[in-house]
Amino acid sequence: MIPPPDSPEGAMLKFVRKRAVASLISLVGLIVMVFFLSRLTGDPAALFLPVEASAEMKQQFRELHGLNDPLLVQFGRYVGDVITGDFGESLRKARPALDVVLEAFVWTLWLALITMTLVTGAAIVVGSLAAFRAGGFFDRLSSVISLVGASVPDFWIAIVAIVVFSVNLAWLPTSGTGSLLHWILPICVLFIRPFGIIVQVVRGSMIGALSSAYVKTARAKGVKSGPIIFVHALRNAMLPVITVIGDQAASLLNGAVIVETIFGFPGVGKLMIDSILQRDFNVVLAAILVTALAIFLMNLLIDLAYALLDPRIRH
Amino acid sequence: MTLQTTDTTITEELPFARRMFRMLLADKFALCAAIFLIVILILAIIGPSWLGDLATKQNLRGRNAAPFDWQRGWVWWMGADALGRPLLARIVVATQNTLMVAAGAVALSAVIGTVLGLIAGFSSARVNQVIMRLADVIMSFPSLLIAVIVLYILGSSILNLMLVLAITRIPVYLRTTRAEVLEIRERMFVQAARVMGASGKRILFRHILPVVLPTLTTLATLDFAYVMLAESALSFLGIGIQPPEITWGLMISQGRQYLTNAWWLSFWPGLAIILTTMSLNLLSNWLRIALDPVQRWRLEMKGRTNG
Repeated sequence: MIPPPDSPEGAMLKFVRKRAVASLISLVGLIVMVFFLSRLTGDPAALFLPVEASAEMKQQFRELHGLNDPLLVQFGRYVGDVITGDFGESLRKARPALDVVLEAFVWTLWLALITMTLVTGAAIVVGSLAAFRAGGFFDRLSSVISLVGASVPDFWIAIVAIVVFSVNLAWLPTSGTGSLLHWILPICVLFIRPFGIIVQVVRGSMIGALSSAYVKTARAKGVKSGPIIFVHALRNAMLPVITVIGDQAASLLNGAVIVETIFGFPGVGKLMIDSILQRDFNVVLAAILVTALAIFLMNLLIDLAYALLDPRIRH
Repeated sequence: MTLQTTDTTITEELPFARRMFRMLLADKFALCAAIFLIVILILAIIGPSWLGDLATKQNLRGRNAAPFDWQRGWVWWMGADALGRPLLARIVVATQNTLMVAAGAVALSAVIGTVLGLIAGFSSARVNQVIMRLADVIMSFPSLLIAVIVLYILGSSILNLMLVLAITRIPVYLRTTRAEVLEIRERMFVQAARVMGASGKRILFRHILPVVLPTLTTLATLDFAYVMLAESALSFLGIGIQPPEITWGLMISQGRQYLTNAWWLSFWPGLAIILTTMSLNLLSNWLRIALDPVQRWRLEMKGRTNG
């Protein structure tokens, strides 16, 4: 049922396949990097075991996990384990590392999904209005938020927000999960940076679209401002915006590490930091690869959306 | 247009430094940012030798002393930390580490990224592919997570921190440089140089690099702010700079447990970060216009009071 390569669908498939292979290479590169960094820069037993482990324990660990074998044999075994999803046990929780990671990953996924939905919606509306009236209220609002996002540390915003809203005003809980109120502060803190970046791209892209000939035609025909902005111009201005949304969704994880740690949110970012500080290396490895896989899948989706939206890529 | 290319107009044009200074005066925000950054830079150089002792001497009777106590010496005006060390002195001393890590990372990533970008844009398709795939590997993963992993494996020191931050920022310069090179190398003056028999190296470094440099300067200024934020985030998480060394990010982290009764412990170092990064952002905005021959007139017109 594969369409012939000269049909539009065939060309699109080819495009997506090419991009998928490129991201797959990145994924493999990451696995290789993690493996060799963890094996070549010293004794893996020292990385995996707690600091207070004795020499016999380390020796036993090395024999148990075949760390005395040639490096290539070790790499083959490592890749085999990774493909079958076997990351070993979590030292802290005495459960399979992958289970621990997937559990935490669901929390982060929800946090990222809600934040990115809000960011995208808000950035499109505010950015379009900013492009429509240069120097107006929305234009200034978006530049202020962009500057704040690019200059204020997110952990500092989180701390100040806790002092103001949780401690002094006592409106919102300081940390943890349990009710909808727990989600408000983390989402607000995560919101600022991607919004500041995406809104500028929307604005720039919309300024280009609004000055194009077909928008002038629409205006000459007497179409109202609302439909001109959100129907005529926006559709064509969306392509660069989608790319940026993809980039920002991936780097949202940067923010998630910080925000989850501060607000005690049980996501994969907090898990990774906790595991690192308590030397639970199996969990760190699993978390890295699960995250990388998620980003890989998301990039694939972005490419698909791109191909669907832009007929020039399809043909 | 033709007049500008003759020798007479070039000799009449102001020297580069004075022209930049005039354009700086025309933009009040950028001027304040530049002055602030110069002050910070001076503090970074003289800070540790000037206030080093004061910033490390503990005074348990003055634990978490409140700010705005004008009775005491000026180093106490921002209050004291949990061991009674004056916060203002500590912020001044921490300036050096904070700036050094960021400056080192930016310089490293800018040089490596630019050279790789020049090579990728100017050599065979295969070399280009390899370099770009490498950049993709780095870009496809959140930078903070890469830094966390590498610092965990290699251990955290100022040098490692610099290296890690540099690695995560290389693709930014690489991609920008490559994109510009691909466009510039088709231009007439590059073709002319090639016809005249200039070597590839000479074309790259004498003809193409000067055209890319303004963009890279703007980018590096902006990136300085980004790297500072990344370093402070890592130090805040406890995997960046380790005590007794201090940076602003680490100071925020140290003050975190006293948030409810001594907000100033985390507030002042945060403010120091914000003012610095904001200055860098404003300066980068100004640089983008000042270094762009097409947009430069906006600043030059504003600077002239009689015209």
